[in-house]
Amino acid sequence: MEEILKVEGLKTSFMTSSGEVQAVRGVSFTVEKGEILGIVGESGSGKSVTSMTILRLLADTARIKAGSIQFEGRDLTKCSEKEMRAIRGQKIAMIFQDPMSSLNPLIPVGKQVEEMMKTHHPELKPDELKKRTLDLFEQVRIPEPEKRLKSYPHEFSGGMRQRVMIAMALANHPDLLIADEPTTALDVTIQDQILKQLRTLQKQYDTSIIFITHDLGVVAELCDRVVVMYGGLVMEEADIDEIFEHPLHPYTLGLLASIPGINKDKAERLQSIPGSPPDMTNPPKGCPFAPRCPYARNICAAECPPYVQAGGHRAMCWLLQPDAPAEGNPLYGKLAAAEKEAE
Amino acid sequence: MVKFILKRLGMMLIAMFMIILFTFIIMHAVPGGPFTNTKGVPEEVIAAMEEKFGLDQPYYVQFFSYLKGILHGDFGPSYKYTGQTVNEFISSGAPVSARLGGVTVIFVLIAAIPMGIWAALKNGKWQDMLLMALATIGVTIPSFVIASLLIYAFSYKLNWLPTYGLDSWQSYILPVVALGGYSISYLARLMRSSLLEVMGQDYIRTARAKGLTEFAVVTRHALRNALIPVITVLGPTIAGLLTGSFVVEKIFAIPGLGYYFVNSVSQRDYTTIMGVTIFYAAFLMAMVLLVDVFYCMIDPRIKFES
Repeated sequence: MEEILKVEGLKTSFMTSSGEVQAVRGVSFTVEKGEILGIVGESGSGKSVTSMTILRLLADTARIKAGSIQFEGRDLTKCSEKEMRAIRGQKIAMIFQDPMSSLNPLIPVGKQVEEMMKTHHPELKPDELKKRTLDLFEQVRIPEPEKRLKSYPHEFSGGMRQRVMIAMALANHPDLLIADEPTTALDVTIQDQILKQLRTLQKQYDTSIIFITHDLGVVAELCDRVVVMYGGLVMEEADIDEIFEHPLHPYTLGLLASIPGINKDKAERLQSIPGSPPDMTNPPKGCPFAPRCPYARNICAAECPPYVQAGGHRAMCWLLQPDAPAEGNPLYGKLAAAEKEAE
Repeated sequence: MVKFILKRLGMMLIAMFMIILFTFIIMHAVPGGPFTNTKGVPEEVIAAMEEKFGLDQPYYVQFFSYLKGILHGDFGPSYKYTGQTVNEFISSGAPVSARLGGVTVIFVLIAAIPMGIWAALKNGKWQDMLLMALATIGVTIPSFVIASLLIYAFSYKLNWLPTYGLDSWQSYILPVVALGGYSISYLARLMRSSLLEVMGQDYIRTARAKGLTEFAVVTRHALRNALIPVITVLGPTIAGLLTGSFVVEKIFAIPGLGYYFVNSVSQRDYTTIMGVTIFYAAFLMAMVLLVDVFYCMIDPRIKFES
């Protein structure tokens, strides 16, 4: 497999009046060609900031403090604004969470898609632009595409707007598509259609996708590999089957337990992880999940654990260390099992 | 669209009737009248004057005979200036006010909108702070204070500019600045806050994610959206400037509509008060209608039917 994106030791902070908010605190992962990588985490885990850092679309108060983002032989953290503009929309495109507000309300949707192509291919003639937009609308299954080109965003439903966003994002055949919670604002039935659509188009265009979500169910349906983030750090990373079969982190265990299941006992309450994410103006010294972790020990709050690796599976938790106690340890022996699986 | 405009015109007629009625009631409720005796004129003379203009009639008779006059386009004679009609005041005052107002409108638009845009794009930097400090001063200081300061500095001390009339291009400068000061400040602040809000919208992030230059993001995506709230207040603002600021016209002795209006109020010149009020109200309503039509043209979300 060929790596198209390699994020290494990335740290992004926001300089606010109440101090430095360390949103991303040393994140590393890679995206391979044609792969769908899921980034999972709850609000404030740093997943969106990571993706916005890749395209350098963050607010003026944001600073990339450390790390690199290798993309096609370049470090995106060192690119000029002009170089970034050539990449945005052309090499790396993005779909956002709220389709209701992500389109300009005063411009017909067809024109907004055309603009995407025109920006990077100024040589295209108006009728060619229109033809390509029409093709894209057909591909994302917008009914009556010819008529819909001239419609304004408010004349579309949320699902249809997200289709327009997908059409726009794919217009220039990008190498990488970053989808930041693209289905969160949609009904489940529409969500399912959009996910299937993304899957189909991803194969057709051979585009890699970074799919950001808080929903492990969506990840199971769509992704090849998953990165679990918490408190601005990667807690665990594994292939999709691995994460469901051999989860190696208490946070992942908590997320898995929180998925509401149709087969679960009806009387059972929805599971949740008690507590809330850490305050990133003053991030915890140790494992960020320690205050909410039911298995936390003294060392967890004092020091951040190192990563352990089992094939392509990695996780950071003190419970995975060789000297961790067996008693009350849900991860005891799991690493060995994962290693065996990897072989 | 024609239906929309016709409907609005109908509503304007009703509104106009209410304005006439209320102005009439308030005017007559205020103590004193055009011929109130202050100089020891014989009672018989006063009575004769009142009889001549029909002021001895019951109020409802006066009101309906006045309404009848308006329907014929006749605003009646002035009670104070013998031999002159209110129609003459309006036709001599309105063009003067409109000339001063027109120059002021252009000046306001050219100054306020770029100022607001610049301040928004320099958000938080010293340029923004300076412009907004100026704008705050402009909004809070009344126009007669600005006018007096301008006259003191540029006419009295420096002797560069005339203090009254509208005879040369130089004579426009002081009244235009005094008249437009408030509007510039207000519109610049509105433009700034509106653009700042739009720049934080999701579709601006989408535009940036397309790889557009910041210039294209602002001009193609942000400005049109940011102008919508500005256009809303532009109608009444333009109407106000064109029909003249009463105070500024009085200070600079410009014989516009406002000048007549201020005089007529202090002299209880009933017909002039009514005439100028009706003219001003009609103009204001027409401008608001114009803005609404314009609004529908730039914002596809607003339909004529609604």
